[in-house]
Amino acid sequence: MAEDIKVIVFKLGTEEYGIEVEKVQTIERMMPITRVPKTYSFIKGVINLRGVVIPVIDLRGRFSIEEAEHTDQTRIIIVNVNEMEVGFIVDSANDVIDLNRDIIDIPPDVVGGIKAKYLDGVAKIGEDRLLIMLNLSEVLNKGEIVQLESLEG
Amino acid sequence: MDMNQYLSMFIDESNDHLQSLNESMMGLEANPEDLSIVQVIFRSAHTLKGMAATMGFEDLASLTHQMENVLDLVRNNKLRMQDFIFDTLFKSIDALESMVEDITGGGEGKADVSAIVSSLQAIVRGEVPAAGGAAAEVTAAAAGNAADAQVYLDEFQYSVLEQSLQEGHQVLYVDVAIRKDCQLKAVRAYMVFDLLERSGEVVKSFPSVQDIEQEKFDYGFSLYYITQKDAGEIQKMILNLSEIDTVTAVALDQESLRQMGQESVAATAEAPAPAPALEAAPAASNASPAASAHGREENKAAPARAGGAPSPSRTIRVDIERLDVLMNLFSELLIDRVRLEQLASEVQNGDLTETVEHMGRVSGDLQNIVMKLRMVPVDTVFNRFPRMVRDLAKSLDKKVDLIVTGADTELDRTVIDEIGDPLVHLLRNAVDHGVESIADRVAAGKPETGTVHLRAFHSGNHVFIEIEEDGRGIYPKKILGSAVKKGAITQEQANAMSDDEAYQLLFAPGFSTAEVISDVSGRGVGLDVVKAKISSLGGNVTIYSTPGKGTNFSVQLPLTLSIIAAMLVRLGSEKYAIPLSSIVETGIVKQSQIRTIHGNKMLEFRGSHIPLVSLSKIFSIPDYDESTEEETEIVVVRKGERLVALAVQDFIGQNEIVIKNLGKYLPEVQGISGATILGDGQVALIIDPNAFIK
Repeated sequence: MAEDIKVIVFKLGTEEYGIEVEKVQTIERMMPITRVPKTYSFIKGVINLRGVVIPVIDLRGRFSIEEAEHTDQTRIIIVNVNEMEVGFIVDSANDVIDLNRDIIDIPPDVVGGIKAKYLDGVAKIGEDRLLIMLNLSEVLNKGEIVQLESLEG
Repeated sequence: MDMNQYLSMFIDESNDHLQSLNESMMGLEANPEDLSIVQVIFRSAHTLKGMAATMGFEDLASLTHQMENVLDLVRNNKLRMQDFIFDTLFKSIDALESMVEDITGGGEGKADVSAIVSSLQAIVRGEVPAAGGAAAEVTAAAAGNAADAQVYLDEFQYSVLEQSLQEGHQVLYVDVAIRKDCQLKAVRAYMVFDLLERSGEVVKSFPSVQDIEQEKFDYGFSLYYITQKDAGEIQKMILNLSEIDTVTAVALDQESLRQMGQESVAATAEAPAPAPALEAAPAASNASPAASAHGREENKAAPARAGGAPSPSRTIRVDIERLDVLMNLFSELLIDRVRLEQLASEVQNGDLTETVEHMGRVSGDLQNIVMKLRMVPVDTVFNRFPRMVRDLAKSLDKKVDLIVTGADTELDRTVIDEIGDPLVHLLRNAVDHGVESIADRVAAGKPETGTVHLRAFHSGNHVFIEIEEDGRGIYPKKILGSAVKKGAITQEQANAMSDDEAYQLLFAPGFSTAEVISDVSGRGVGLDVVKAKISSLGGNVTIYSTPGKGTNFSVQLPLTLSIIAAMLVRLGSEKYAIPLSSIVETGIVKQSQIRTIHGNKMLEFRGSHIPLVSLSKIFSIPDYDESTEEETEIVVVRKGERLVALAVQDFIGQNEIVIKNLGKYLPEVQGISGATILGDGQVALIIDPNAFIK
């Protein structure tokens, strides 16, 4: 009895990812970003989104994928999770699809270099198209980053 | 009906009514004879009951219902206000407040109020504890005279008259004057009554029949009379008696009866308690001469509010978040304006330039209005203080008058939200430690009642809030003595200190332990916290005290926290803002003036060495490093007494900036206190100078 959900589809490298549409506020073209010193390297800085200052995260950096040059296709997806407004820099975003929850499977341990804890699941759509659903609360969980870094450091 | 939609409205309005209840109760306490205040209280309680019942908050509704029963007796002159009733009603209001608080927090507003309810019920049954009994009788007797000297119909009498009218009887208002030379006026009056009783019924006379029998009246009396005869007949009948000067009998219809009834209530209410009542007041309640004088002042305002039709509300409530959105949208508009101005100057088209200039003026006005929308009168903070001071004075067994002025002074919401706690602290201090006990005051030749002034006023770009009492004052010598004993300062330092500096010691953290302070003057408990809070708001506290005469705490506050003056500086390609309030001065130093002491860069500045902080290193600025420069621009900033020089590349200039936070995801970044949006739409970070001063 799973219902359909609407999903914004975006790309990082060759992989396709999905975020539920109600968590997305808007999708913006690349804009000037003011660097914020003394934060994590994946936090690119803050932008002025119609008068509101919003921090921007490079999703490649967040998932420890090699960062890429920004192009015409680069987008900032502004999401709103747990009352936090954050922008995600992604390679491109240009699709909205309907998805039945039933077809979302529990993710394998690692998908496209991303640890399973950041993922809600993987949906197989069409013949050979895989959509990786992000768990935004985990992606924005900073406590976990501190732990990770202190372990590695 | 979806109740959630009305919940916030219910909460807002309940809080308004609770506030009004508190205020009116205080007014009534100062002047227990003023029934017009009781009317206001009754109305607030009644409205509250109605709203609570509609929303399904049964406990709230039933408690207010019990309050209403008590108040109803009071306003109909069947019950005198006295200490026990005041205390019970205040407790009820407190209980209502906590219920509404519970509802605000998502609860159902349930509370165990059975003790209060049974007290209220006991009052209605006339079982008032003996403690206040004797005093109450004195008041009642005194007030009895006062009330009877006026025209007054209670609800019962009014409804009797109204019913008689409906049943086709005549209702007459009869005014009788007996000749001044009449020897036995009581007998004359009795004859009038006797005559009237034969053909109808006297419902109410004033003065009362007893008073008339005892000759306690001048030469005239009035009465409401029900009969079958008409006015002219009655008039003639009475005039037939000897020694009657004049008689006027007026037939009343429904409308005029209603009017008379209302007038009579108002007349009673407005009648300033005459001499006997005032004399009784100090004995009955603990109202002092000063307090009742103050009470009477308030009185003038109360009937004005009570009487007349309630004027339609001239204000609307707006969610503060919507104002924030408005402000954000507006700053967007400003950015576009700057861009348009640039384009217009490039295009050089006369019409376009003119339009853009006009737009500039309009948006300037708009900006002013948007800012003003966020201004809130300090009354929203002050309104809880009268009640607090009353309770505090009562628990300390002191007499204190709180006089509030300038409650309509406006401050930005951001400041208002923060300023409450420090003020509570200062007021407590004033009542607890400033104002002496009654015995001490009398011994010092002062009136028993201490006065605490709470004032707010504008001055330039600041708002001042002053708390001044006429208490014992602070002795600088005692502070210094205690500070030396505590080891906070040396004896030599103490000798060199001025009075002002000594007062400042009260704000030192070391002074915040209770036992030290009670040794000195009872001052200073937690004052360091007050000072810190006010400083964090960009404000300042100063003390003026005259030993033996009183103390004044003066709090200076900025009008708003969301806009500050800042110095914009450049570091390579990045721009930062430094709050002007912490900048001491700016300057240029040569590389040769910078020394390294213990691995730290130091700079000689006005005769002492201060640290030089490299912002480019701390913030890892990619394209600037002052160590390669011959000369470096510095900004000297201060935290308390300590100074630090920050090295920057360029000064851009001074600007008014709108402070924004960095969002929930980045709550705290070291050295950065927020962000602002520049005229070109870029975000600039605001430097927190305090972070660089250890």
